[in-house]
Amino acid sequence: MQYLVSVIFDKAGMATPDEQAAIDVFNDRLVAEGHWVFAGGLGAPSTATVIDNRGGEPMFTDGPFLESKEFLGGFWIIEAADLDVALKLAAEGSKACNRKIEVRPFL
Amino acid sequence: MNGVDVRGAITRAHHEEWARVVASLTRRFGDLDIAEEAAAEAFATAVERWPADGVPPRPGAWLTTTANRKAIDRIRRENKRDDKQKEAQMLYDDDPPEPPAPLGAIDDERLRLIFTCCHPALAMETRVALTLRLVAGLTVPEIARAFLVQETTMGRRITRAKDKIKAARIPYRVPSAADLPARVSGVLAVLFLVFNEGYLATGPGTDPVRHDLTGEAIRLTRLIRALMPDDGEVAGLLALMLLTEARRTARVSASGELVTLGEQDRGAWDTALLAEGHRLVRERLAAGVAPGRYQILAAISAVHTSARDVRDTDWSQVVALYDQLVRLDPSPIIALNRAIAVAELDGPQVALAAVDRLEDTLAGYHAYHATRADLLRRLGRSQQSRAAYDKAIELAGNTAETAYLTRRRDQLG
Repeated sequence: MQYLVSVIFDKAGMATPDEQAAIDVFNDRLVAEGHWVFAGGLGAPSTATVIDNRGGEPMFTDGPFLESKEFLGGFWIIEAADLDVALKLAAEGSKACNRKIEVRPFL
Repeated sequence: MNGVDVRGAITRAHHEEWARVVASLTRRFGDLDIAEEAAAEAFATAVERWPADGVPPRPGAWLTTTANRKAIDRIRRENKRDDKQKEAQMLYDDDPPEPPAPLGAIDDERLRLIFTCCHPALAMETRVALTLRLVAGLTVPEIARAFLVQETTMGRRITRAKDKIKAARIPYRVPSAADLPARVSGVLAVLFLVFNEGYLATGPGTDPVRHDLTGEAIRLTRLIRALMPDDGEVAGLLALMLLTEARRTARVSASGELVTLGEQDRGAWDTALLAEGHRLVRERLAAGVAPGRYQILAAISAVHTSARDVRDTDWSQVVALYDQLVRLDPSPIIALNRAIAVAELDGPQVALAAVDRLEDTLAGYHAYHATRADLLRRLGRSQQSRAAYDKAIELAGNTAETAYLTRRRDQLG
């Protein structure tokens, strides 16, 4: 079972060196315990481009599809047996990156 | 057997067997939806057949067998449609498939069900609804009525929750020992909420006390108590509910007005419930383990209900217990209740000063204004008291409380 663990940024600025160090420790643990699938940090919402090609002609729009105070700052994809395991890992991830986190199952 | 007996047998079977049937089917088929529907169908079949065929010698076994058959029918129907997807959505369970279970293991299944319904990843109102549906066996319309929401809204809420349990793979198991205390307290919070909604029902059209809800909460807490006999907080919550329920009939007058603890006819209290509640409180005291909040609340209630006359109440004991509670839970509502006891011990002036300090956090809470109104009345400050009663009446949602507050206000000189 895989879960998308999204990091919610509600303040400006990327991870501090301390936060980055804690994230590295957490990532090592995910790998060691077999939970790691993939992870990555994302550029600011202002670097996003929205594409809509439903009408045959691709339309490009500058900026994120949703303007909000909180935005997706990065994510993990983890392998976990069930939600209890995923929530425990996410709780540690939240502490490591010092941000709020959302856990969502893949279908 | 006459119709009344059969109806009684069905009600009893519903109370005693519903959770067991749902839990064992969930375990076997790995799907709450199938378990719920098959259990409901089995009980509907009992309603149809028992009056004619007679009540089976072992109603629980009959219901489980019937429900199993219904579930298998449904799975066969659905598997023809969609094998793979069904399998992928099966509820996760890391234990080996069910062997013929000894009695103790069956009890564990009900615990699994309770912990799944009260999972922290579900919203509180959802946990309440799921527990009442899947563990207590209330129907969706009954739950909707209890919480004053539309039936369709409540139905959607329960369906969404079952979908989330499946899709996010909320496990069907009793939490590990390390997680157990936090998870048990989550379960107890659900039961306490159900009880309180029954005890102080809100809404203009509702009965002031909803015995269906208080009774259901007590029944579920008894079940958890039977499953976890060594948990002090479970015992504490059960004692608290029993000691509160014991005063139920004395708490609302014939004219539908709230009767405060001090004015209640203590002879109308239910002595059997009181005895059971007091026994539980004594059991916890004897355990010698530091009590949690439900145990302290139960102990406070035990002090009140031990006094034959309100004038015999050991107020210093009550205040001491509140002090203990404040250390555990420094919430303003606890502080407010402590102040009410302080008024009896140190007088209304001292209590009022304590209550006034809570204004910032409790200004929107009717009991804050009701308490102030009463203290101001006792201090002869009628005008301020009247204003506080007005505010309390405006905020109170319980019909009996509103009636009481209104009379008290109108009696001011």
